[in-house]
Amino acid sequence: MAETMAATPTDAELVAGCRKGDPEAWNALVERFSRYVSAIATQAFRLAPHDAEDVFQTVFMRAYERLGSLRSDDAIRPWVGQLTRNCCLDLLRASGRIVPTEELEEQAADDVISRLDDAMMVRDGLSRLGPECQEILDRFFARDESYRTIGDALDIPAGTIASRISRCLGHLRAEVER
Amino acid sequence: MTTYDEERLGELLRLLPPAPPGWVEAAQELPRARADLDALIALAERDAAFRQALVDDLEDALRVAGVEPRPVVVEHLRRRFVA
Repeated sequence: MAETMAATPTDAELVAGCRKGDPEAWNALVERFSRYVSAIATQAFRLAPHDAEDVFQTVFMRAYERLGSLRSDDAIRPWVGQLTRNCCLDLLRASGRIVPTEELEEQAADDVISRLDDAMMVRDGLSRLGPECQEILDRFFARDESYRTIGDALDIPAGTIASRISRCLGHLRAEVER
Repeated sequence: MTTYDEERLGELLRLLPPAPPGWVEAAQELPRARADLDALIALAERDAAFRQALVDDLEDALRVAGVEPRPVVVEHLRRRFVA
């Protein structure tokens, strides 16, 4: 198994592809930021699922329409984060659930977003690992799957999952600290 | 340099579970939805009967026009022509 793999497209490459109208680039961009947008809505602002879905679709619609105004293609992540934050605040203010003076609430949300930024950086490192490490770590941590479920899905003995997770975490650590 | 032990890496990985697949698929369809939307807005602006049909029954008017009433399209048209 390869421990690391050839580079996936950078954020800037995806943005450039989207600007050219490449549907695969758009699909990949949505896939790359879908967890981030969803997590900001549900964790930082604790929106109910239907509100979070509204924010999610609005963010990607605005991103699609305004991609041309992005000053630097590398800046897509903070830009998407800010779009999402603003959409969440707009929704909460429009529904009367917060008023603009509630700075403490916004600060708490910003603290969560800061941790999500860190988590995105780790996922970036994960994307540079081999496919088996990506699968195992994502299934165990992000999808909360059991050793048995992972073993069945990847056709590997469940008894070896713990050691593989540990080894893959070692590779991930080396990747993000590089 | 920031250090990431295994526990911290695990915590950070847990923070980003997958978004619901339906949300992702709908967002990936946005470019097509956007194209539908642009065509529908142009039609509604030049055709009063179609504009009235949108007001009367938006989703049915879309189906008659041969456009799948995707939620994002319906919502945008509702805000623009119905609400």
